[in-house]
Amino acid sequence: MAEDIKVIVFKLGTEEYGIEVDKVQTIERLMPITRVPKTYAFIKGVINLRGVVIPVIDLRGRFGLEEAEHTDQTRVIIVVVNEMEVGFIVDSANDVIDLNRESIDTPPEVVGGIKAKYLDGVAKIGEDRLLIMLNLSEVLNKSEIVQLESLEG
Amino acid sequence: MDMNQYLSMFIDESNDHLQSLNENMMGLEASPDDLSIVQVIFRSAHTLKGMAATMGFEDLASLTHQMENVLDLVRNGKLVMQEFIFDTLFKSLDALEAMVQDITAGGEGKADVSSIVASLQAIVRGEVPSAAGDAPSAAAPIEAETPALLDQFQFSVLEQSIQEGNQVLFIEVSLRKDCQLRAVRAYMVFELLERYGEVVKTFPPVQDIEQEKFDYSFSLYYITQKTAEEMQALIMGVSEIDKVTSLALDVESLSQLGQAAVAATAEAPATEPKRGDTPAPQATPAAAPKEEAKKAPAKSGGAPSRTIRVDIDRLDVLMNLLSELLIDRVRLEQLASDIQSTELTETVEHMSRVSGDLQDIVMKLRMVPVDTVFNRFPRMIRDLAKSLDKKVDLIITGAETELDRTVVDEIGDPLVHLLRNALDHGVESVSDRIAAGKSETGTIHLRAFHSGNHVFIEIQDDGAGISREKVLKSAIKKGIVTAEQAAAMTDNEAHQLLFAAGFSTAEVISDISGRGVGLDVVKAKISSLGGNVTIYSTPGKGTNFSVQLPLTLSIIAAMLIRLGSEKYAIPLSSIVETGIVNRSQIRSVHGAKMVEFRGSHIPVVSLGAIFDVADYDESEEEETEIVVIRKGDKLAALTVQDFIGQNEIVIKNLGKYLPEIQGISGGTILGDGQVALIIDPNAFIK
Repeated sequence: MAEDIKVIVFKLGTEEYGIEVDKVQTIERLMPITRVPKTYAFIKGVINLRGVVIPVIDLRGRFGLEEAEHTDQTRVIIVVVNEMEVGFIVDSANDVIDLNRESIDTPPEVVGGIKAKYLDGVAKIGEDRLLIMLNLSEVLNKSEIVQLESLEG
Repeated sequence: MDMNQYLSMFIDESNDHLQSLNENMMGLEASPDDLSIVQVIFRSAHTLKGMAATMGFEDLASLTHQMENVLDLVRNGKLVMQEFIFDTLFKSLDALEAMVQDITAGGEGKADVSSIVASLQAIVRGEVPSAAGDAPSAAAPIEAETPALLDQFQFSVLEQSIQEGNQVLFIEVSLRKDCQLRAVRAYMVFELLERYGEVVKTFPPVQDIEQEKFDYSFSLYYITQKTAEEMQALIMGVSEIDKVTSLALDVESLSQLGQAAVAATAEAPATEPKRGDTPAPQATPAAAPKEEAKKAPAKSGGAPSRTIRVDIDRLDVLMNLLSELLIDRVRLEQLASDIQSTELTETVEHMSRVSGDLQDIVMKLRMVPVDTVFNRFPRMIRDLAKSLDKKVDLIITGAETELDRTVVDEIGDPLVHLLRNALDHGVESVSDRIAAGKSETGTIHLRAFHSGNHVFIEIQDDGAGISREKVLKSAIKKGIVTAEQAAAMTDNEAHQLLFAAGFSTAEVISDISGRGVGLDVVKAKISSLGGNVTIYSTPGKGTNFSVQLPLTLSIIAAMLIRLGSEKYAIPLSSIVETGIVNRSQIRSVHGAKMVEFRGSHIPVVSLGAIFDVADYDESEEEETEIVVIRKGDKLAALTVQDFIGQNEIVIKNLGKYLPEIQGISGGTILGDGQVALIIDPNAFIK
């Protein structure tokens, strides 16, 4: 009896990811980004979204994947989590699907090299399509970033 | 009916009324004989009571009701204002304020006010402590106080009646407290009165009496052939009447009332109408324009200003939309110049002008007079002076000076602190002042004024000034400075020590300026607003705290600079000057790069290097542009690639996600839609 949720589907490389639609404010084409010095490499800078300054994150960089060239398909997904407005740079975003909560399984230990804690679960759509649901509060968890940095350093 | 939608309106209006009550009470305290002020106070209290009752805040309504009873006696001349009454009324106002605050915070506005209510009721019963001789009796006040205001028309009618040999009576009727149908009793009294003469004016107005909008007493002016005693006996014949006083007026006593009326119509509440000051009753022209005369007293005081209240968030949205519009404007201008169509260019130019005006207006919408903060200070100073047993006049100037709403909201607490400080530590006690050969009443000036891009708010007292020795001794004791450092300090530097954390010259932490917060908190708050506070003090003459504030928090003047392909904004307020230096002028002093500036060496900071700018490196340049910045009295030079120019910029924060970045205080959106970061010069000067 679990309810249906609407999910925005986007791509990083060959993997498909999902974010619940109510967390997403808009999806924008890539726009000029102003670099912000002295921050993490995956924070690309800030953009002007209709008068509001919003930081943008390269999601590939955030997940430790190799960064890709930006193309025509590149999109910025603006999400709002815990009163933080942040833009995610993704390879493409062009689908909205309905998903039954029951079809989401707990994430396996490792998926595509991304730490399991960033993931809410994996949904199977149709026969061979896997959708990775993101845990946005973990993705935007700052204390965890600091830890990551100090480990790398 | 759902009252929630009216709640915010109720809160706003209640606060307005409380403010006006406070102000007028202060005014009345200054000139206690001015009954026109009592009228204004009464009306405000009455409206407040009505609103509270409608909204179902019973406690609020009943307390206001008790206040009204007292005020009613005062305005009808049956009670002379005195200190105890003022204190009780002020206490009531505080209680009302607390209730309204509780309602604002989502509470039900309930409070235990039984002691205040008891005091108010005691006053109504005539039991005023400490002034036994003045206890009001029913018959006495008519000579001492003007009972109520007559307009000029009514005055002249009464005056003529007396001259024609009629009796003019001032009659006061009190109903028994257990009277069930007050309006009916009143009607019976009026019917009786109409039989033997003519009622000229009643208090409260006849309509109110008919609708039972009065407590247990009403008063009136009456023209008749009968004597005061006869009328008194006649009215007492009506059942359920508690007491009737009837006084015959002659030309002289009437003329006192007339003068009060003239004073009120002329709206001169400062000059108290005194008996016998102006000679003849003929001074009141009988042919005075009746309509105006009737309306004027009702209008004087408290004409509502034509404003609407707007949620500040909506203004922010408006600002954002506007900045988008401005960005599009720049795009359009660019396109128009590319396309070179005259019509398009003209349209775009027109649009530019309109949007420029629009921008001005929106900016002005956010500006509010500091008045909104200042108006609570007279009351605070009054109470504080009382509790400290000091005498002080607070003189406010420049209350109309406008500041951005966000600054005004934040500046209240620091100012409260500085004012308390001025009164507690600055102004001496009465005996000390007399010993110092000063007038026993001290003066605190609170003034606000514009100067350039800043607003200054100064708090100046004529007290003892700051004792350098005392400050230094205390600072040494607390380990803030060493004895050697202290000896070398200028007076100004010593004064600045007051702002050091954990500093207090007060031997005993008093309730007034102590409160566990020092001037350091004041300084921090003002700094966080982008302002600055300076102390000027002359021993024996007084102290002046001068607070410098930016006009607005959201818009500043800035210098735009270029570093490679990146643009940054540096607030103009921290820039001393800009210039070009030769590479050879930059020297290495003890490993740090320095440049000579006006006879002294100041550090050189390479912005390009600090911000890791990829496409700019000045190390090969012959000449380098520098921006000399200032923090306090320390200077530094920032090297940049180019100056773009000076601009008014709208400050935006960078959102909650980004960590705090050293040297960056925010962002702004440039004409081309790009974001430029705003440099925080303070970070570059240690």
